[in-house]
Amino acid sequence: MILRALFVFVYLCCCFWSHGATIETCASCSIKDLRTAVQNAQPGDSLILQAGVYPVHELEITKPLTILGKQGAIIDGENQGEILIIHADSVNILNLTIKNVATSYVKDWAAISSDKASYCRIENNKILDTFFGMYIRKSSHFTIANNQVISNATLEATSGNAIHLWHCDSMRIENNEVKKHRDGIYFEFVKNSIIKGNISEGNVRYGLHFMFSDYNKYLGNTFENNGSGVAVMYGSFIEMKDNTFINNWGPASYGLLLKEIKDGDIKNNIFKRNTTAIYGEGALRMNISNNTFERNGWAMKVLSSCMENEVRDNNFIENSFSVFTNSPRNYNEFTNNYWSEYKGYDLDKDGFGDVPHRPVSLFTYIVEQCEPALLLMKSNFIALLELAEKAAPSITPEALVDDKPRMRPIW
Amino acid sequence: MFNVFKYVLFDLLRSKWSIVYTLFYVLSSSALLYFANSSTSAVAGLMNIVLFITPLVSLLLGVIYFYQNRDFAELLLAQPIRRTQYFLGNYLGLITALIANLLVGIGLPALLISNETTAFTELSILILSGVLLTLIFSALALLITLLNENRIKGFGYAIIIWLFFAVIYDGLFLMLLLYFNDYPLETFALVGVILNPMDLCRVLILLQLDLSALMGFTGAVFQQYFGSTFGFVTALTSGLVWVALPLAFLIKKGNTKDF
Repeated sequence: MILRALFVFVYLCCCFWSHGATIETCASCSIKDLRTAVQNAQPGDSLILQAGVYPVHELEITKPLTILGKQGAIIDGENQGEILIIHADSVNILNLTIKNVATSYVKDWAAISSDKASYCRIENNKILDTFFGMYIRKSSHFTIANNQVISNATLEATSGNAIHLWHCDSMRIENNEVKKHRDGIYFEFVKNSIIKGNISEGNVRYGLHFMFSDYNKYLGNTFENNGSGVAVMYGSFIEMKDNTFINNWGPASYGLLLKEIKDGDIKNNIFKRNTTAIYGEGALRMNISNNTFERNGWAMKVLSSCMENEVRDNNFIENSFSVFTNSPRNYNEFTNNYWSEYKGYDLDKDGFGDVPHRPVSLFTYIVEQCEPALLLMKSNFIALLELAEKAAPSITPEALVDDKPRMRPIW
Repeated sequence: MFNVFKYVLFDLLRSKWSIVYTLFYVLSSSALLYFANSSTSAVAGLMNIVLFITPLVSLLLGVIYFYQNRDFAELLLAQPIRRTQYFLGNYLGLITALIANLLVGIGLPALLISNETTAFTELSILILSGVLLTLIFSALALLITLLNENRIKGFGYAIIIWLFFAVIYDGLFLMLLLYFNDYPLETFALVGVILNPMDLCRVLILLQLDLSALMGFTGAVFQQYFGSTFGFVTALTSGLVWVALPLAFLIKKGNTKDF
C-alpha cells in the first residue's frame, strides 16, 4: 500500500517535472526575440508568441519545444533564407503565420524544414509567399494538419513544393490547403502515410506528386485546376479513395497519371472536366471501381503497357472519348460500367445491357494519329465511319469490351 | 420588290411543307430539351439536327418552290419589274419564311421549357448558325433552279451539293489531314473549317459548348483564333461570302437569262 502510494507520488512528480515551463514572447515581454526565446528554452517548454512580427531566419530548433502563436503572431523570414529548421523530436509548431522565403536556385529553402525528427506536429499555420512551404527529410510520425500553404508560383523552374516529404514514414497530412506552388504535395520514398481531406489547387505542376512511395493512402482530397493534375509514379499498394479531380485542363493535363504503379485501389473518386481523367502507363493490377468520369476529354487512356487492371462499376458520363488504347489487344478487364454513349437494350430487365459495349471509338484512333482531325468531332462523316466500324471492328481492339454495360448510372 | 417578297413569304408560310418543317423542329427540340440530362447535351443533339436538316430543307424547299413558280415568274417578268428586284424578292421571301420556321421551331420550345439551367447563349449561337445556313443554301437553291431548266437535274444538283457539304467535304478534309500528317496542319485545318459553312457552324457551336473538348494543341489554336476579333471577323466574312457569291452570280445570270 505504502509502496503503491510512493509510486504514484513519484510518478506525479515526474509528470509535473517534465511538463516544462511556459515562456511568453512579445514586444513588451522580457524576451522580445524569437531566437533568444528558443535558445533559452529548456526541452519541453512552450513558447507563446503574442501578436506581432518576429523577423527570424535559419532558426534551428534542437530540443523538443512547442511554439504556439496567438492571433496576429507573424514570423517573417524577410526573404533571407530558411525560417524554422527542426532538428529534434516532438516539436510542435501551432497557429503561426510564417511568411517570405525567397526563391533559391541552389538550396531548397522552406518555411519549415525538418531533418531526422519524429512525432512533430505542424498545425493551423498559415504559410505564405514561400519557396518551399514545408520540406521534411528522413522524418516520421508527423501530423501536418489544417495549414494553409499559399504562394504565387508562375514557373516550374522558380517555384518549390508546398508540402515536400522525402524519405519519411507514417506521416499524416490532413485538411491542408495548398495553393500556387510547383507541386501541392510531394512524396518521394515515403511509406505508410495518409493524405486526407486536403485541397490542392492552382499548382503549376502537380496537385499531388508521388514517387517511389508505397503503402500510402490518399482519401477525400480535392485536386483542382492544377497544371497537370496528380501523378502517381513508381509505387505499389496505394489507396486512392473519395478524391475529386476537377478542371485539370490543358494540352498536357490529366486528372490522374498512373506510371509504373501496381496493386493500388482507385475507388469512389470523381473525375470531372479533365483533359484526360486517368492516364495509365505501366499500371499493373489496379482496381478501378465506383468512380464517376464526367465530361472529360478522354475518360481513360490505357496504354499497352497496362495489364490486369480491373475497371468495374464506374460511371462514364458524356466524355468526349471514353477509352483510348494504343494496343490492338487488351489485357485489362472492363465490366459492369455505365457508359452514357451506350445504345444497347436490356430485354431481360436485369439492369445490364444485352449487347456488349466497345468503349474505344474509331475517331479516338484518328485523333491520336492526327490531332487536327479533332475538328471533325461530331461531324456526320465521322458518325458514318463509326457506324461502319461498329458493324465490323477492324481498327478498334475487339477484345476491349464491356460485356455487361449498365443501363443506368450507379450513384 | 416588296410585293414579290410579300407574295412569296405568305405563299410559303401557308404551304404544308413549311408547317411540316416547323413541326419537325418543335417536336425534336422540345423532346431533346425535355429529356436530355443537361441543357448542353440537348444543344449538342440539336446541333446535329440543325446542321443536317437546315441546309437540306433550304435547298429542297427552295428548289421545289422556284420550279413550281416558273410559270408565274414568266408572267411577272413580262410586267415592268426589274429582274434584280424580282430575284431578290424571291430570295428574301424564301429566307424569311424559313428563318421564321426555324425561330418558332426551336425558340418557342426553348422558351416554354426553359429553366435556370437552360443554355441560352449556346442556343442562340445554334439558331444563328441555322440562320446563316439558311441564307447560304437558299441562295444556292435559287441559283440551281435558274441554271437548270430540267427539274430532275436541278434536284440532283441540290442533293449533291448538300451531300458534299454535309459528308463528302469532311471525308476529303480528313483524307488530306491524314495524308499531310507530317506537316504542321493547324492553319490548314483552320482554313479548311472556315471554307465549309457547315463545318464552321459546327466548330463554333462546339467551342461554345462546354463539352467542346477541343483539346490539345489544335484546340488551343482554335480557341485563341475564334476568341480574337480577327477570327470572328474572318469567320463572319467567310459566311457572308458564301451568301454573296451565289447571289451575285444569280443576279448576273438572271439579268441575261432568256426565259
